[in-house]
Amino acid sequence: MTVLLRPAGTRPAWLYRICAGILVITVAAAVFAPIVAPYEPSAADFAALWQPPSLEHWLGTDHLGRDILSRVIHGAQPSLLGAIALLAFATVLGVLIGVVAAWKRGWVDTVLARITDVMFAFPGLLFVVLVIAVFGRGPATAVIGMGLAFAPVIAKFTRAVALEELARPYVDAYRLQGVGGVELCLRYVVPNLLPTLAGYLVVLFGDGLMSLAALNFLGFGAQPPSSEWGLMVEESRAGVIQGYLAPAIIPGLAIAIVVVATNVVGVRLSDKLAVRP
Amino acid sequence: MPDVLAAEGLTKSYKGRCVADSVSFTVARGGSVGVVGESGSGKTTVARMISGLIEPDAGTVSVNGRARGHDRGRAARLRRAREIQMVFQDPYGSLDRRLTVGNALRDVLKRHRCGKTVAELMDSVGLAAELESSRPHQLSGGQRQRVAIAKALAVDPAVLVLDEAVSALDVSVQARILALLNEIRRDTGVGLVFVTHDLAVAAEVTDTLLVMYQGKVVEHGDTATVLRSPEHPYTEMLLSSAPGPGWRPEQVAELRAAFADSQEAADA
Repeated sequence: MTVLLRPAGTRPAWLYRICAGILVITVAAAVFAPIVAPYEPSAADFAALWQPPSLEHWLGTDHLGRDILSRVIHGAQPSLLGAIALLAFATVLGVLIGVVAAWKRGWVDTVLARITDVMFAFPGLLFVVLVIAVFGRGPATAVIGMGLAFAPVIAKFTRAVALEELARPYVDAYRLQGVGGVELCLRYVVPNLLPTLAGYLVVLFGDGLMSLAALNFLGFGAQPPSSEWGLMVEESRAGVIQGYLAPAIIPGLAIAIVVVATNVVGVRLSDKLAVRP
Repeated sequence: MPDVLAAEGLTKSYKGRCVADSVSFTVARGGSVGVVGESGSGKTTVARMISGLIEPDAGTVSVNGRARGHDRGRAARLRRAREIQMVFQDPYGSLDRRLTVGNALRDVLKRHRCGKTVAELMDSVGLAAELESSRPHQLSGGQRQRVAIAKALAVDPAVLVLDEAVSALDVSVQARILALLNEIRRDTGVGLVFVTHDLAVAAEVTDTLLVMYQGKVVEHGDTATVLRSPEHPYTEMLLSSAPGPGWRPEQVAELRAAFADSQEAADA
């Protein structure tokens, strides 16, 4: 009998396809929310509070009688955009720190490594509180604060791959052709790092989405009447005690499903993209 | 012929270990100097000191009678680029994997505002025109090395340093690249510094040979003479280590042991 074992760490292709499909649907929902959502996300119907799923409201209604399906569909946009903005901010900062550290080495590398170590030592929430204390509460401050917490992770990863990249002979060839340090890093090394970095960022996307949802749940980010998923869970918290679980569970499930899907797709992508000949 | 390159007393140590000890040699215009030795003999360190990729602890490198400067700024960098170019051992890692052959060559030509065209450069190294849109992973090892040579020659350097440039290639491809290098130095007058562990390769492409052992030049002379009648026991051992008709590995092991003993005795 032949027993075929799948190598450890690999996932079946069908799982990847399902997860990729979930992400496509989520992005489509975010983009076409006004067309596909059956109701206005903030339209209250006080005659239909805490409704269970029905033909009229497929996923029921919340404490203000708002259609949960419509709110989840509309919530995809701020949730995804928030995570994208967070990662974009953290990536610019992290890649800058990582590439400079790898390029300069010596004391610059040591100083940047210590700074990122110190940033690692503090929980992301502390950065958010700090940024809120300076700039006030809102989605942008949540993104910047959490971005500061994500930047050291990206900086460490970038430094490691940049060190490997800078040791390649083509970098020496560029130097011998008279290419200066800044041009070399920005024009040649960073674009060569991007495929590897992209795979890693997709994996981090799930973390970013969850972290922002947690901030919004705590009231640090998006504010009502936004239908951001973390905020939806928070707003429906009171209903859980009264036995109305769906309004809190459904946006929570949306977060969980998208996080799992981005992880599966991200791992697959990073396996493919990280192969550098 | 006047010298295009003069290396004088190049010395380099890493963590107290001397990897190059007062290495001096010259390369005539259109000439070719081979630097041979085993792994760890310091030949790559010499190549990198000459090209300017590492700073020597002592010694100077002059090109066309002018010491290589350390001036900062774009103009100084471009001038240094036109003095010395280098071709690396690894044909897989020495090209930017994002760029097509055409774009890689265009990039150099644009930076140095050379009057040449991509087609001329490709033709000069024997690359077919249809490879212009190929990326490095679509090329064979020999083709990649031709692209690397074309990139280096694009700036019309006075000296071309080749660090084990054919070692990763199979024998027939090696022969074609060596023939190309001989042709190039004859046509352009570029001086070659050819770093290799392969004596047969050195015999093919160099006029003068430096034999390095533990960072020191133990023999320096006309390539044919050094290979025909070596004076230093290390050169003799290197020659006998090369596989050929009647080659006996056990004899090589004996020679190596005898050489190691003689060195220990000399050190004591």
